[in-house]
Amino acid sequence: MITILLGILEEGLVYAIMALGVYITYKILDFPDLSVDSTFPMGAAITAVAIISGMPPVLTLPLAFLAGALAGCATGLIHVKLQVRDLLSGIIVMTGLYSINLRIAGKANLHIFNQETIFDNDFLNRFLPDILRPYQVLLVLIAIILFCKVLLDLYLKTRSGFLLRAVGDNETLVTSLAKDKGRVKILGLAIANGFAALAGCVYCQQKGFFEISMGTGTIVIGLANVIIGTQLFKRLPMVKATSAVIFGSILYKACVSFALSLDRIRIGSVIITFPVIASDLKLITSILFLVILVAGNHQGRRAKGSA
Amino acid sequence: MLELKQIEKYYNSGTINEMCLFEGFSLTIQHHQFVSVIGSNGSGKTSMLNLICGSIPVDQGRILMNGRDITHIPEYKRQRSIGRVYQNPAVGTCPNMTILENMSLADQKGKAFNLLPGINRQRKDSYREQLKTLGLGLEDKLNVKAGVLSGGQRQAMALLMATMTPIEFLILDEHTAALDPKTAETIMHLTEQIVKEKKLTTIMVTHNLRYAVEYGDRILMMHQGKAVIDMEGEEKKGILIDDILKKFNEISIECGN
Repeated sequence: MITILLGILEEGLVYAIMALGVYITYKILDFPDLSVDSTFPMGAAITAVAIISGMPPVLTLPLAFLAGALAGCATGLIHVKLQVRDLLSGIIVMTGLYSINLRIAGKANLHIFNQETIFDNDFLNRFLPDILRPYQVLLVLIAIILFCKVLLDLYLKTRSGFLLRAVGDNETLVTSLAKDKGRVKILGLAIANGFAALAGCVYCQQKGFFEISMGTGTIVIGLANVIIGTQLFKRLPMVKATSAVIFGSILYKACVSFALSLDRIRIGSVIITFPVIASDLKLITSILFLVILVAGNHQGRRAKGSA
Repeated sequence: MLELKQIEKYYNSGTINEMCLFEGFSLTIQHHQFVSVIGSNGSGKTSMLNLICGSIPVDQGRILMNGRDITHIPEYKRQRSIGRVYQNPAVGTCPNMTILENMSLADQKGKAFNLLPGINRQRKDSYREQLKTLGLGLEDKLNVKAGVLSGGQRQAMALLMATMTPIEFLILDEHTAALDPKTAETIMHLTEQIVKEKKLTTIMVTHNLRYAVEYGDRILMMHQGKAVIDMEGEEKKGILIDDILKKFNEISIECGN
């Protein structure tokens, strides 16, 4: 049981890093950014190659973030400068990066077992007390997510952060402030994809491999995390949106795990059995997302009706 | 000083629906002039504002601001010396940001949006002071989101935010049209007060003939991309709403309405 919970927490937290990025694009900028589907594996590809070539694991984190930010800039430039629609800009970058990711990694699979990672290195092995050993991965993840969350919270309170929030809230006002709204959007997309690549980097080191199709459905998971989190906690003003997104990520992972563990459903006295296999994951992911979306819509409508 | 020189503007150019709005339209607005612009729908009032602000490009002609050619300068760069208030009160503020955050944003216009704290605590009292002049009690609601304010409150804030930093031109695009008569009156008083105090060169588009006659020192009536009435100074002071209505009727008959 503890192992399952630990697994949920770990994977939830990894995807929470990416969800912080999706929070920026989807909630703040109102931009459905599909490029995260390829910036996530890009972070993993870069990390795998860097670690194999002997780079200190800690340095892969900023490296992956920067690479993701660069890809985010590409999406932004295509959208802003070439005036391609938001969804299409994301799709173009997503498709193009697939090949680039393969070039970075050199092949479709790359494993880094037996290499030093941020989760398994001399420093941690020497200084972490034995009693915390089972939670080693979790502790590292918590440190990373807290760092990201606090940094993002602080950023959103700066002048630049204000402008980012304003661009999603009211584009015209940003123009009125004599600022180029396009540039602000590009910046937002860069940060968001930086987070996605960072999540890929952490995922790769935790699982010990890069795999070219590991990013498929990232955006769906990200959106689900953001929507669950913000919907559940919107009535609690003391919970910051970034925290809500992190809780949402863990909760969503728990739902997926629960769905995967089902092998029969009982409706009254009728029991339907169906063996769920691991490859059903994506189907479950998307169905769950649909349920969350519809539930969210329903809740919104009810709230409006009662007002 | 603002000059429009031989402006041409076509809509749907190159299609069978091509429509000429401005043909050789010229206009000069002097320093510190307050121009009221009236005219029927489609007469080119708002298009003129959009051309000045750069929201839409001109096809021919030049726009000069204090002698500097700004015809090809992007909209956002022109806004450094322009403050604009729109008809829709929602456009002037960020609904999901608090009043304090909105004021801080406006205060930062023309400066760098860098990594310094978004809210300058030392300016808080100054924001309160400025909000107090509105007389709407907003100074006690600094942490309330702008989205929950009423249309009139938001428009008052929009006006305040548009004129907070040193600007030269104020563009008012039917800024009282969406408000109830009482609130509209308040906003108009506020407008005049700000314009006088900051010595702004102002262009106000309005459908309210009384405001057009009462406020400002020059009146323009637009029709089919031309100024059919253009009076200033003593001549403008003598104009009556009835005179304008008569002109409106003449135009309507001309158009076959």
